[in-house]
Amino acid sequence: MYYVVLAVILFAIGGAAVLTRRNAIIALLGVELMLNSCNLVLVTFSRMWGNIEGQVFAFFVMVVAAAEVVVGLAIVVAIFRTNRSASLDGANQLKH
Amino acid sequence: MSSAVEAVPASGAASIVWLCVAIPLLSAGFLLVAGKATNSWGHWLSIAASTASFVVAFAAFIQMVGLPSDQRVMDAVVYRWIPAGDFSIDLAVRLDPLSMTFLLLVTFVGTLIHIYSVGYMKHDPERRRFFAYLNFFVASMLLLVLGNSYLVLFVGWEGVGLASYLLISFWNHIPENATAGKKAFIMNRVGDMGMLIAMMIMFSAFGTVTFSGVNEGIATASSGTATAIGIFLLLAACGKSAQFPLQAWLGDAMAGPTPVSALIHAATMVTAGVYLMVRSGAIYAVSSSAQLLVAIIGAITLVFGAIVGSAKDDMKKVLAASTMSQIGYMMLAAGLGPVGAAFAIFHLVTHGFFKANMFLGAGSVMHAMNDEVDMRGFGGLRKYMPITWATFLCGYLAIIGFPFLSGFYSKDKIIEAAFTGEGWQPWVFGGLAMLVAGLTAFYMSRLFFMIFHGKERFATTGPNAHHPHEAPASMYVPQIVLAIGSLGLGFALNQIGFVSWLEPAIGGVEHGEPVLPVPVITGLTLVLIAAGVLLAWRMYVAQDVPLAAPVGSGLTRAARRDLYQDDFNEAVFMKPGMGLAASVAVVDHYGVDGAVEGVGKGSVGLGGLVGRLQNGYARSYAGYMALGVVVALIVALASRI
Repeated sequence: MYYVVLAVILFAIGGAAVLTRRNAIIALLGVELMLNSCNLVLVTFSRMWGNIEGQVFAFFVMVVAAAEVVVGLAIVVAIFRTNRSASLDGANQLKH
Repeated sequence: MSSAVEAVPASGAASIVWLCVAIPLLSAGFLLVAGKATNSWGHWLSIAASTASFVVAFAAFIQMVGLPSDQRVMDAVVYRWIPAGDFSIDLAVRLDPLSMTFLLLVTFVGTLIHIYSVGYMKHDPERRRFFAYLNFFVASMLLLVLGNSYLVLFVGWEGVGLASYLLISFWNHIPENATAGKKAFIMNRVGDMGMLIAMMIMFSAFGTVTFSGVNEGIATASSGTATAIGIFLLLAACGKSAQFPLQAWLGDAMAGPTPVSALIHAATMVTAGVYLMVRSGAIYAVSSSAQLLVAIIGAITLVFGAIVGSAKDDMKKVLAASTMSQIGYMMLAAGLGPVGAAFAIFHLVTHGFFKANMFLGAGSVMHAMNDEVDMRGFGGLRKYMPITWATFLCGYLAIIGFPFLSGFYSKDKIIEAAFTGEGWQPWVFGGLAMLVAGLTAFYMSRLFFMIFHGKERFATTGPNAHHPHEAPASMYVPQIVLAIGSLGLGFALNQIGFVSWLEPAIGGVEHGEPVLPVPVITGLTLVLIAAGVLLAWRMYVAQDVPLAAPVGSGLTRAARRDLYQDDFNEAVFMKPGMGLAASVAVVDHYGVDGAVEGVGKGSVGLGGLVGRLQNGYARSYAGYMALGVVVALIVALASRI
């Protein structure tokens, strides 16, 4: 149960980081934190119910997270090159 | 009532009688399409078309005269118009003595009026268009009288309405003329509603609108159905024939060129209502209350027109009021049923001649007097325009019922018929009809004396000088022909038995016994007529006619304003109608438009709001997602509990 509480706290911290921090790198860190909190929940539930499906899903999530960070960091680097800043608010060109 | 004869298929000339409609219609279409290219000869084409119609009609007439009277009702299907399963409506013509009479009257008088118009409209740049409309008018009227069902009749009925609108407002650059045309059209539409409703009732009750079908069905129909059909048909006739309470357009219709007035008053438009009443005789035979209503409407209009005619100073408006009154006689006769129906048509034919004659005469006077119509500015025109004077005299004597002229035969019979019946009716109808004969004599004499006799009241020198002169031959020849008709037609028709000629179409005439002996009626009528003429003589020849109209009594003033009919219509129908329209407009503006535009504006506003959410900031999108997830979770949890 404590694991779940910890995971919720981690998720909230990660969410807050994504929503409030302007730096894209920190935002990506927040995303990682949220994914990890999910992993923690998956592993916890896997232990609670005594099967390993949750752990398998946790591996999948790690793979997706790794892929996501690769793409995300590439985008951040590209944005930084054009904007000379990694600020998320400066990169609202999608609107136009 | 001995019933009318069954129809037989048409043959010979009768089977091509539809050409009477087609030729002028084609000519009208051609003249309108070909445009200015035909300016120089278009009117001759128009006259040729009208004459061709007359020739076809005359050929059919010769054929009909040769047939025994029980074969004189002929039907010919020209075109299967609306085929729908077992049911079909045909564009079919019916030729019988009644439609034959109208056919000859319309084509003959119509052609004369065409010829007259060549001279009258000589200087009008739009003469070709005028002739196209005249052709269209004649074609519509012929379709109206030739149709063998109420629906075909209705097509002609509407065509006549359109043609009258086009012609009354022919000089549409003058606002009053345009308004007059519109007024005629709208008042006619009110009547047309009656016609439509009557047809719908017929259709739902009998499943057909052909004359034969309706006449067959009406015999077994309930009296309520018959009365309803009768009353709605009467409404239609009131609109077309300018009968009370839809008569107000007729006076204003004088705005059109004078030949149009002659055509409307003599041969087409206003006679259509009488035709409808007589044609629907079988319906009125079943419903005595509807029939009585026709007679009452006729009697009211009869008096109304005569009173208005006695007060007007505008020469054409006097003639218009006189038409109203004379058509009132015909409606009264039609409303008397078999006793009078044939005489209604008799009077219609003679009236067609003498009224056309007088209108053309009035046109000649206008031609001579720079389009002046106020009789107070005339006087003594006899020596300047002897031919017009002589022809007008014939028409005038005919209309007042001078013994042995046209009007005498037809009107006297109507007065006799009006004295036939039971209870109060003969006394009221007969009394009014007889009284109005005196009034007719008065106002027509007033018109005649003020124009042609007494002192000359116009200037022959100075800036407003008039130089009256006789009209060209194209104008006076038709007048002479019509004058001859005014003199002798009544006698001739009486001799050849016009009433029995109509018998196959409208049934036999009942010979009722008038409540007074016939010689007494005739004598009294003649005395009244003489009194009317004498009174007019004393007032307008023995005394000088003042140039400005005297104030006059209350009745005179009321009559000058058409007995306040316009004011009445305006107050009772127009103002509430406009109020209703205004309130509907308000509801439309704020209610309907408000709702529609409100939805539109709401969508735009909502779109703006939602659009503002699309700000391009990745973090706000993440925020929406988080918010969405929270909401979704709350909903999921809430639905669990």
